[in-house]
Amino acid sequence: MLAWTIYVSFIGALAARLSPTKGLARVVALLTAVVGLGIGLVTLNHWQPGDFLTVAQVPWIPQLGIEYHLAADGISLTLVLLTGIAATAGILFSWNIEKRTQEFFAFYLVLIGGVYGVFLSFDLFLLFMFYEIAIIPKYFLIAIWGSVPRGASGDAAGSQREYAAMKLALYSFAGSALVLAGMVAAWVASGGHSMSFDALAAFPFSAHVQMGLFPLVFVGFAVLAGMWPFHTWAPTGHAAAPTAASMLLAGVVLKLGAYGCLRVAMMLFPAGLDPWGFHLLGFGSWRDVFAVLALIGIVYGASVALVQRDFKFVIGYSSVSHMGFVLLGLMTLTQIGLDGAVLQMFSHGVIAGLLFAVVGRMVYDRTYTRDLNELGPMRLAHAIPFAAVTFTLAAMASIGLPGFSGFIAEFQVLLGTWRAFAWMIVVAGIGILIGIAFTWRALTKAFFGEPTPGAVEHALPPITFPEKLGALLLLASTLVVGLYPRILTDLILPSLNSQLFEGLRRGAWR
Amino acid sequence: MITLLTLFPIAGGLLVLALSKMGELARAIAVAFAAGALAMAMLFWYGLDPASPGMQFEEHHAWAPSLGIAYHVGVDGLGVLMLVLSALVVLMSLAASWKNDKLGPVYFALVLFLEAGLFGTFTALNFIHWFIFWELSLIPAFFMVRIWGGQGRAKAAALFFLYTMVGSVALMLAFLAIFQATGQFDFVQLAQLGQSGGLTTAIGQNLRWRGSPEHLAMLLFWAAFLGFAVKTAVVPFHTWLPATYAEASSETTMLLTGAMSKMGVYGFLRVLLPIFPRQMQHAMKPLLWMAVATIVLPAFAAWAQKDLKKTFAYSSINHLGYCVLGVCVAAQYTGADAGLASEKAAALTGVLLQMFSHGLTAACLFWFIALLERRSGGLRGIEDFGGLRKIVPVFSGLMGIAIFASLGLPGLNGFPAEFLIFKGAFPLAPWPSSVSVLGLLMTAVFLLTVIQKVFSGPINAKWAAMPDLSITERLALAPVIALMFVLGLYPQLITGMVHGTVMQWIVGMRF
Repeated sequence: MLAWTIYVSFIGALAARLSPTKGLARVVALLTAVVGLGIGLVTLNHWQPGDFLTVAQVPWIPQLGIEYHLAADGISLTLVLLTGIAATAGILFSWNIEKRTQEFFAFYLVLIGGVYGVFLSFDLFLLFMFYEIAIIPKYFLIAIWGSVPRGASGDAAGSQREYAAMKLALYSFAGSALVLAGMVAAWVASGGHSMSFDALAAFPFSAHVQMGLFPLVFVGFAVLAGMWPFHTWAPTGHAAAPTAASMLLAGVVLKLGAYGCLRVAMMLFPAGLDPWGFHLLGFGSWRDVFAVLALIGIVYGASVALVQRDFKFVIGYSSVSHMGFVLLGLMTLTQIGLDGAVLQMFSHGVIAGLLFAVVGRMVYDRTYTRDLNELGPMRLAHAIPFAAVTFTLAAMASIGLPGFSGFIAEFQVLLGTWRAFAWMIVVAGIGILIGIAFTWRALTKAFFGEPTPGAVEHALPPITFPEKLGALLLLASTLVVGLYPRILTDLILPSLNSQLFEGLRRGAWR
Repeated sequence: MITLLTLFPIAGGLLVLALSKMGELARAIAVAFAAGALAMAMLFWYGLDPASPGMQFEEHHAWAPSLGIAYHVGVDGLGVLMLVLSALVVLMSLAASWKNDKLGPVYFALVLFLEAGLFGTFTALNFIHWFIFWELSLIPAFFMVRIWGGQGRAKAAALFFLYTMVGSVALMLAFLAIFQATGQFDFVQLAQLGQSGGLTTAIGQNLRWRGSPEHLAMLLFWAAFLGFAVKTAVVPFHTWLPATYAEASSETTMLLTGAMSKMGVYGFLRVLLPIFPRQMQHAMKPLLWMAVATIVLPAFAAWAQKDLKKTFAYSSINHLGYCVLGVCVAAQYTGADAGLASEKAAALTGVLLQMFSHGLTAACLFWFIALLERRSGGLRGIEDFGGLRKIVPVFSGLMGIAIFASLGLPGLNGFPAEFLIFKGAFPLAPWPSSVSVLGLLMTAVFLLTVIQKVFSGPINAKWAAMPDLSITERLALAPVIALMFVLGLYPQLITGMVHGTVMQWIVGMRF
């Protein structure tokens, strides 16, 4: 049944494109997303810890050993649920799109379908195909419907959007090229019989092959996960995208990269994480290298966010910082760190979606500015209190206050880090503090500014019902996971301990 | 039972929000819920068996077992004392805001949420569970300062929030390391490990640390200490406090100083003393002198203030300094010397008395300031008044009693607390205790200065028409003033209840 998340999305995309009216397209899109989320929830309801669900397995290109193989373990299901939530909320927050509405929702749903496909693929080739499918609509969503700072208009606005869209597409394709090279090499090295994950994971690649392929594939995927120094597409892309696309980009597409890092690079080439046997500049393995890059991302993303004037860029850079925790968690190679990394993927997806929704939809679509210095005097806390309360809660979740999902995720990543790289905990702690500072700054500047004397208070349009619904959906998700993390850890932990990840389990695994 | 107690104010807060359109009704509901919460807290006081050591009214449920997170609540003498104090202070604060029209239903809901946060903090026994409440109680407090504060509220709220967060992050990282080493988040279990020395051993075995485990344990202690020191406002981590107390509306300051500042001292008693006794002994010198600095310096600073709220803010730091001194001397290594054990018991009993007594007195003082501000149109400079004794005799008389209670006059609640602390501290740490006496002296100086400048002296004609306390205000204040006398004359009321808890701490440290 899970496969229908993909099919429904593509069918929905077609239906939305063919809808005669804009209203119908919206309803079709919303229904499609809700069905996707519903399928995920029903599966969750029947799920027993440790389940592995083969959804479809039919030969596709038998000569090359390529199968149409869809399957899900707990990690996939977690991310499928995230996609369902983010997609539904995203559509609720793009209810006001009037420009080429049908096409907008069509592209949007194609993107969703591709994302579901990636999370459910159990064949490397299939995964790559869905991964590419997801890139195309991203480009159009930004290039056509993107938002730009006030002041830019006409051609200038168009070129800014295209710049961001092109940058994002180029980075994505560059990453894909690395992945493709790694994929072909793996296929050749394994004898060219199968591209299926279970076959590849069981194949004894030699240590040399793994050592060479691991960084190739990991970096390829990590580009899309916003790993420093390959992150620069992320803030620009997020800022230029229309609200719903920012929500999906930050909420789900970044996770495609992180998921690829875990599912392909780490699961297939675990020996690539072993020590090199020598030290170069203090680094003894790829694991050290990527952990340090992740750590730099955490601190750098937060520091840059601290000085942005553009509200959307603040959130964009915060994503870089929070994704650093995902990558750091992966590199700890401990059960708890990996569990935290996957939880952080979910948690950041929900929280970043909410932050972008407030900034892009609730604030920008009413004030037509993203400049923090201009927003301050508008006294948004009085003008649109719902947005202020939502953003405050989202900010609390984002800085990892206990009770929200971010806490439980970062806390596990930090525990894993203690075990793996004790000294890094101090740096990560500083990153958290800078995170608190920039979130704080954005919150007070945007919503609780002092009115300038003589300024007229403009009445802003009230928050609409779809916005409230979307915000409540996302807030409820982060709270449920924050207060009852077992709902997801019971999915993730048994999967991490399954046969597939055997190569990753080392001495410190506990 | 405890769960019910914590949920009760939350329900009240939600109800107040739901009925926010009803205006005055919301206020009445808030007061009713606060009174109900106080009644419930009092039930725990009567239900507690003071003789038996250990936790009572415990509830234990699995939460996220793979992470060591459990829903574990329970109270001992310390817990019950803090529950009653928070409930009392919340009720006082709501009573004080009765006539303040600036504070609307949202404010009252936040007060009730804060109360729930305090209840949670004072009853949770699993670190993560406790930490949730510790952090969440910060949020209503922050908004109360940020939205309803005075001119400089933005800066004050930011200072308050950021300072506390720095402490919290350090605290959290320390506990992550401890969980890493022991697999435990439970305060009770960790206390056993800390007292038996098993904590250091576990740190040595299970953490990848090249240096000696003692050093790492020491580092973790300081990180945890930072979290509590910021909250208690131990010098030099106190700088957020005067600005915050002065900028917050006086009703909010009542909550901050009366109840929230006790969270820090509670942390000293619930976490540092039982879990890190050996580390405290190693760090005894710096700890003691920090306590002395917390007692003495703010007393001088208070003398120099021109704003009554700042004066009492610094005085608040000074009073909690006695608590820190008491906790530190109790951790002193004394071997099996039974005589010194009884001094430790005196010091710790004094600390508990002081926590309650300061909560009561400080909240009451800021209540009087709220009343004074309402009459003076917001003026509260120490030089702005004069001769109030003649104009508003009842007000001056009652506030005078509260000031004398704060000063430690025998017969009022401050005296037995500070007496017991010094009785314990002198033999255990003669030098720091002697220097601290300077703090007592300066407290007397600045409080008498306040009395002299505000209540005596020439009548300031500007206030000739100031109305005295109304009947309702007198009736509201009377029980609080009466309680000060009761506790001053019959401290047994509290010392009897906490006896078992204090003895358990002493026994735990006998190694």
